[in-house]
Amino acid sequence: MAEKILEIKDLVVEYHTDAAIVHAVSGVNLSVIKGETLGLVGETGAGKTTIARSILRILPTPPAKFRSGEIIFGGEELTTKTEVEMRKIRGNRIAMIFQDPMTALNPIETVGWQIAEAISLHNEVRRDEAEKRAMDMLEMVGIPMERFMEYPHQFSGGMKQRVVIAMALACNPELLLADEPTTALDVTIQAQVLKMMQDLKDRLNMSVILITHDLGVVATSCQSVAVIYAGEIVEYGTVEHIFDHPAHPYTNGLFGSLPRLKTTERRLKPIKGLMPDPTKMPEGCRYAERCPDATEECSAKPPDVAEVTPGHQVKCIKAGR
Amino acid sequence: MLRYIVKRLLLFIPIILGISFIVLILIDITPGDPVAIMAGWDAKPEVIAQVAADLRLDRPIVVRYFEFVTNALKGDFGKSFRNKRPVMTDILSRFPYTALLAFVSVVLSVLIGLPLGIYAATHQYSWKDNTAIFATLILVSMPSFWLALLLVRVFSLGLGITPVSGIQKWTSWILPMFSLAVGYAASIARQARSNMLQVIREDYIVTARAKGQSERVVIYRHALKNACIPLIMTIGSLFGMALGGALVTEQIFSIPGLGQYTITGLINVDYPAIQGSVLFMSIISCSIILLIDIAFAFIDPRIRSQYIRKKVKAIQVGGEGA
Ligand SMILES: Nc1ncnc2c1ncn2[C@@H]1O[C@H](COP(=O)(O)OP(=O)(O)OP(=O)(O)O)[C@@H](O)[C@H]1O
Ligand SMILES: [Mg+2]
Repeated sequence: MAEKILEIKDLVVEYHTDAAIVHAVSGVNLSVIKGETLGLVGETGAGKTTIARSILRILPTPPAKFRSGEIIFGGEELTTKTEVEMRKIRGNRIAMIFQDPMTALNPIETVGWQIAEAISLHNEVRRDEAEKRAMDMLEMVGIPMERFMEYPHQFSGGMKQRVVIAMALACNPELLLADEPTTALDVTIQAQVLKMMQDLKDRLNMSVILITHDLGVVATSCQSVAVIYAGEIVEYGTVEHIFDHPAHPYTNGLFGSLPRLKTTERRLKPIKGLMPDPTKMPEGCRYAERCPDATEECSAKPPDVAEVTPGHQVKCIKAGR
Repeated sequence: MLRYIVKRLLLFIPIILGISFIVLILIDITPGDPVAIMAGWDAKPEVIAQVAADLRLDRPIVVRYFEFVTNALKGDFGKSFRNKRPVMTDILSRFPYTALLAFVSVVLSVLIGLPLGIYAATHQYSWKDNTAIFATLILVSMPSFWLALLLVRVFSLGLGITPVSGIQKWTSWILPMFSLAVGYAASIARQARSNMLQVIREDYIVTARAKGQSERVVIYRHALKNACIPLIMTIGSLFGMALGGALVTEQIFSIPGLGQYTITGLINVDYPAIQGSVLFMSIISCSIILLIDIAFAFIDPRIRSQYIRKKVKAIQVGGEGA
């Protein structure tokens, strides 16, 4: 069995706002194999960013509330670590790329300073050494190092995302959390950035959690896939499992009701209806309301997770039968 | 940048022209005739004409305006009707007191308000924050003259710690400065708090945390510097307010500053004194606004590059021509 770099067990995260409790993540189990890329796919509001932030423990608290769960990284439990211990992991062993490159950089510091900051935080190096390495990082993501002293507003969106990636990779992390690294970018630049990330991943031998809406990206860069719906993982398996034998009605819905992924189907297809209100999650299956195959039994109690083939898990009462 | 500053300084000229015009008109239409006051209510017409000629008020307002403006641009505000001394001399001898009062009050208010605002913002949702908000709300709504009288009642008349008025001892400055600073500190604290709360939610703050940066650096380097940008504006306008607020404060505490001079001028219908001090204050305010803009450029690279980019463009255009 391949070595797991990260294992999440029964993660529950809520947001306590004035009005209500948002059930953002409800009992998620995941693992990432060393050197592999896990794709996290789901609609907006499904809880993808919340999962990624929970791993680094950078949820906005309040309103976020970590209810329960274990996060085991390289054999160590992260949820019980002190803040000081976590700081040594953040940016160093686990790094994150954020959804929106436009706002992810501090507008009044130079990009060079921001990359060097990450380097000098985790390495015993002098200032000039950190800056030298920051320049190397810029070159690595394809930005001339002369631009070291420039500010974020002098960069285009794609270049900003490169800077964010350079920053994330500056300390050779073992695990990279890439939260929709290309969603905010132009289609042409998306491909470039993804290609670059793929190359860097291979070179640095990282494990990656790739959050995305783009099924094409999942098919080309991921080994495993977790489909997440309303804070729960509804289907989980290898790329072959998910793409060739999708078993959950929601996954089928994503592929446009086709049992197999046709090459024309690159993006998530909108499914009729809306995700349930995260403050009032239904008793039974959370997808029942939109599910074409739903029966009364579905709304009565939450379905168990069934393993249809080894390593291919589906949270649907139909799947086990 | 330098070119920009020179350009802004040249803009002072139309500002001086405009403000002088408004002030002259306003003075002219306010009741109270300096000629009648100086000549006496039962003076003969010849005497009145003589006094008007002495005060140079016998000519139409347009002529007086041009005379005032040309002299003002040379730094001459005319002579006071009352003590016959050049207004500029009096203003320059009195302004340091006003400037000291305003400057120390504002510095004091930043020293109190900024830490308080940061503290409140970093303790959001706790009773500490709620207490801070409530206290600053009361202090912001308290008029400074009222606070001044209250402070005098307690510290000067009650406890006898500080003098009631004057500037003979350094302790005399404590009450006037605090009476101005308290309200300003409260408004700085409120703004610092809301700016911080906004900035702390920004993505780049999460980025800094995700790098493994300590909470102290995240707050004091990443967040505070960004939160300070809009604060510069507030602090600058507080300076303007402090100069104006000195009008009342100087009166209460008998401080021989520019505010007191202006009020005495108003009471005596001393046209040159009023015109001179209002114009002087306007120029000071314009200078403060210019300083704010320079400070903005200094701290915010997005604004700074607006000045630099023009230069680069100019070079490019020049290059194309060659
Ligand atoms: N700070 C917050 N306060 C309250 N609710 C929040 C907060 N952040 C997220 N949520 C809620 O938690 C749920 C999950 O949000 P999350 O950001 O994890 O979704 P996501 O899958 O990343 O979506 P997207 O694809 O749009 O990025 C949503 O219902 C969202 O409204
Ligand atoms: Mg998200």
